Amino acid sequence: MSINANLKRALTVVAAATLSAITFSASAADPTKVGFVYVGPVGDHGWTYRHDIGRQAIEAEFGDAVETTFVESVPEGADAERVIRKLASTGHDLIFTTSFGYMNPTIKAAKDFPNVKFEHATGYKRGDNVSTYSARFYEGRAVLGTMAGMMTKTNTIGYIASFPIPEVVRGINAFTIAMRKVNPSAEVKVVWVNTWYDPGKEADAAKALIDQGVDIITQHTDSPAPLQVAEERGVMGFGQASDMSAFAPKAQLTSIIDDWDPYYIKRTKAVIDGTWESMDTWEGISTGMVGFAEYGDAVPEDVKAAADVVREGIVAGTMHPFEGPINNQQGEQIVGAGEIIDDGVLLGMNYYVEGVQGDLPK
Amino acid sequence: MIALQRRANPSQLMGYLAPLIAFALTLLAGLLLFALLGVPVFEAFHAFFIEPISSLYGLAELGVKAAPLIIIGVALSIGFRAQVWNIGAEGQLILGGIFGAAVALYFYEVDAWFVLPLMILASLVGGMLWASVPALLKTRFNVNEILTSLMLTYVAVLLLSWLVSGPMRDPDGFNFPESRLFHDAALLPRILSGTRLHMGALVAIGVVVAGWLLLSRTLLGFALRVNGAAPRAGVHAGFSQNRLVWVALLLGGGCAGVAGLFEVAGPIGQLLPTISPGYGFTAIIVAFLGRLHPVGVLFAGLVMALSYLGGESAQITLNLPLAVTGVFQGMLLFFLLATDVLINYRIIRKQAS
Repeated sequence: MSINANLKRALTVVAAATLSAITFSASAADPTKVGFVYVGPVGDHGWTYRHDIGRQAIEAEFGDAVETTFVESVPEGADAERVIRKLASTGHDLIFTTSFGYMNPTIKAAKDFPNVKFEHATGYKRGDNVSTYSARFYEGRAVLGTMAGMMTKTNTIGYIASFPIPEVVRGINAFTIAMRKVNPSAEVKVVWVNTWYDPGKEADAAKALIDQGVDIITQHTDSPAPLQVAEERGVMGFGQASDMSAFAPKAQLTSIIDDWDPYYIKRTKAVIDGTWESMDTWEGISTGMVGFAEYGDAVPEDVKAAADVVREGIVAGTMHPFEGPINNQQGEQIVGAGEIIDDGVLLGMNYYVEGVQGDLPK
Repeated sequence: MIALQRRANPSQLMGYLAPLIAFALTLLAGLLLFALLGVPVFEAFHAFFIEPISSLYGLAELGVKAAPLIIIGVALSIGFRAQVWNIGAEGQLILGGIFGAAVALYFYEVDAWFVLPLMILASLVGGMLWASVPALLKTRFNVNEILTSLMLTYVAVLLLSWLVSGPMRDPDGFNFPESRLFHDAALLPRILSGTRLHMGALVAIGVVVAGWLLLSRTLLGFALRVNGAAPRAGVHAGFSQNRLVWVALLLGGGCAGVAGLFEVAGPIGQLLPTISPGYGFTAIIVAFLGRLHPVGVLFAGLVMALSYLGGESAQITLNLPLAVTGVFQGMLLFFLLATDVLINYRIIRKQAS
């Protein structure tokens, strides 16, 4: 009894001391700590590179009021949860986990750190302290598809794809639909490389596609390697996630640019102001989350004009990349003229549209 | 001119000390590296080697990370002792994960005691099955097991990728390629609450003891060692070489399979397109770092695991690049090989003729 009471008292004292220490440190205008978990190296010049630019934008915006940390090349498996927990337990107030595979680890860790805010990119599970965010990259793909359809001479486009998840399938379909609108005889050949970042594999895929007669390459992997191959072999291509023209000055027609800066600044500000709430964000060209690099020299004026029409139409809401008529691979109409595939279906997209060659891996 | 001359009697003591010397040299070189990077040396060492294991949670994570390396490393080192080169533990690990997960998903939400033991059994079978292909090809057609076991790893990776995007995909998961989250009866019990340390850590210690007993106290262990050191002597002694190939590969495959299950039913809790950050390959390094001795593998596994945790911690606390981890692991191996050379050879000065 008395031992118990003593223990209780001791624990209370310890708890009070810890609590006051925490409150004290929080009120002493400590910088807000923002952590990032990256799936690739910051030097991938694609996906992770752009997230890291976003991190730097936070530092530039808030200066000494924030402190940022990142951990790069974190495998999507058992290791992710440890890294997320580590960030949460080392005083980070806001943690961005920037790959789909971090979804369940983020949710698990978030339960044990209710006072830390988490932001998971491209996932579908949320919690009181977990938001999700992604960009409507498919809008950008529709612009690329339009350009490719007008510029291909062999009527075959090569598409280097990472994993058969809805995000990637959606991009392939948006690209193909836009391409066939301007060139109904063009087709898309897809190669799955089962990696987000592996310059060697990506380059091999590009070479194989070019050997099979494609004259334009586009990719949903993160390194500039496919574009470099395109440059060497004298074919055209599109950059991924960032402006890759430095790697392929002649070959890059344009590039989708992921711009996370405004979103990251907004969410960090919300944490600083104490107004952060769990939400889902899915923005596209209209807010600038999906941007484009300058057109390459090889792009003719009429192609630029057509691409601009698609961009402006999407921004104005008069055009939608998934507006019917849309046919499936067997040529049967699955979406009628004027109908639009809704977000729910887009989020789980698991079929190819007409114009994509081969079977979707299942 | 400088040349290497084989020593008649390499020191056994130095053989065992070599990893320690290599570790010390790595620390020294690390000192230099941090100084060159302009990082406060003491803080860097603290972040790399002390901070990750300065809490109970950190120690538990060390166990989580080291367990698969040790389980596979011990089994591989037994095979390597017998000159059976199973390079495909990564693939066997994946098959173990697949088989175990198949049981978990088949008995989804069946709260029965037998689910987990059945999963473990299935993973054992899965890993062994994958390893039996190189064993069969080796014993029947004398096909090099290095090539076959390695190539089967890539087949395993693609098989897993196909399964999680098709038959084993979560029906409510928006078509993302991953399985359902396992229910509680299919998850490994945690042995330390508040951490992720699971049963696998205990199994790893058991495997070390069993491996040591096998090698030092049994006829089979003796046969394996003789086959490695002097194959012809083994044949004369009546040990079937084919049988030893089978034993070595099945042992490696079975252990890797179980290690794979411990990942999916432990810290991951579901089947993903990638269930291992290369444990099957890292375990090869661990086996050699541990001098192909089960107790050595135990320490080597812990050191290797620490180097990963240290790399993360150094990124978080000091913003050091991830490459530092790779440099540390590389230096450790380099110094180990270098000390090995000097233990087995002496440097002599040859007169130019």
